[in-house]
Amino acid sequence: MKRVYMDHAAATPVRKRVLDAMLPYFGEDFGNPSTVYDMGSRVKHVIDEQRTKVAKLIGAKAKEVIFTSSGAEANNLAIKGAALPRQKKGNHIIISAIEHHSVLNSARFLERLDFEVTFLQVDEHGLVDPERLAKAIRPETILVSIMHANNEIGTIEPISELAAICQERNVIFHTDAVATVGNIPVDVNELNVDLLSLSGVSLGAPKGVGALYFRNNIRLMPLIHGGIQESGRRAGTENVPAIVGLGRAAELVEKELLDRSKQVRELRDLLVQGIHERIEQVKYTGHPERRLPGHASFCIEAIEGEALLFMLNQQGIYANTGSACASKALKTSPVLVAIGIPPDLAQGSVVFTLNITNTVEEIEYVLDKLPLAVEKLRSLSPIWRKKSAA
Amino acid sequence: MKFVENQTSDDTLDLVCRMCPLHLLEPGDRLKCLKKGQVLEVLTDYDGALEDIPSWCRKCGQEFIGIEEDDDCYKLYIRKVK
Repeated sequence: MKRVYMDHAAATPVRKRVLDAMLPYFGEDFGNPSTVYDMGSRVKHVIDEQRTKVAKLIGAKAKEVIFTSSGAEANNLAIKGAALPRQKKGNHIIISAIEHHSVLNSARFLERLDFEVTFLQVDEHGLVDPERLAKAIRPETILVSIMHANNEIGTIEPISELAAICQERNVIFHTDAVATVGNIPVDVNELNVDLLSLSGVSLGAPKGVGALYFRNNIRLMPLIHGGIQESGRRAGTENVPAIVGLGRAAELVEKELLDRSKQVRELRDLLVQGIHERIEQVKYTGHPERRLPGHASFCIEAIEGEALLFMLNQQGIYANTGSACASKALKTSPVLVAIGIPPDLAQGSVVFTLNITNTVEEIEYVLDKLPLAVEKLRSLSPIWRKKSAA
Repeated sequence: MKFVENQTSDDTLDLVCRMCPLHLLEPGDRLKCLKKGQVLEVLTDYDGALEDIPSWCRKCGQEFIGIEEDDDCYKLYIRKVK
């Protein structure tokens, strides 16, 4: 059966050139980077080379990059790691209401340790209002975390503006850039952020690797204590093949990024236009312009998103209802609630995330199959029948 | 234990929250970037550093100037001698 994969926010295939770079570190170059003999020091040097490549992709210095096991770990390290050493200074944290669970739940965990968290509301497109952020900052605010782009609705936040407000008030600013690094240009200096999380998943690198950018001299409490890896900020023997994969993917993406973004945006626009033309009562969620190039998210009236995914799956089409981590929970997406989508409409969420490997032919295939699936589901829906009869 | 007050420094190495043996590894690397006679300030919340760093200075031929207590950490001062 034909396979059309349009869930690249959940996972991307490891690129051949990335895999080739990784393979020696499973075999002949297996040495532990912390050892003093050449088998280890060679690998340590290779890790530092990857650090430079990842840093270059985001405009950072190599010493400002910590490798982690995932974007989620990078978010945990940013939130808990920055908050805990500053608790004497202040106990107030601000995050947006549409953050990924790894940020939301890190903040909720800190609430149990007597921190206070403000969940900043967003507008109907999912944008955080800088004025609202400025008003929410108090003398005891120590940390603000606003995601660079939302993985469910694709909206890109005005990070440099938000970060400038925090800098003026001497508050640390973190952004979860898992959805953006590899999809649009990201520069930590242009964004003016103190902390930034990224993941291999969005880059064509393997799962199980991510990184946290921390501006030089930001004090961080490690989450994992142990040895001297990552300069004592994240212990545990390094996942060398995955780190090499991340570095190689970062190197490739850096060269291709602008062309890729343009090409993917064109494909996405074709899909969005086609869906609007062929399916009635569809809401395009997120910001119409300020959004990730490959991201198309909709709420389709009178259907269940999960049922639609299964029907698309039968046709070899792979999409999602929202965040890959949360979509199995069968709970109304907090992101869609936050942008004011009524709960019954939010049930019909479907998200397509494209990348460079998708083709016009695949878009046409989806535009052929999706309306049929929606029509079939609606024919079974009492809500739709009642609405049609009215 | 030698205590100092208002000691100036040319560079600061923040090791707060970072555990043993980072306080024995990172000062050496950082001193390489300083000139002879310049002073490195090491911030740490690890009690063991109060003995380890003066001892490390003796072994490595660097001058340990002294310690100052701050709100949430110790400040240890090392002058680069060689």
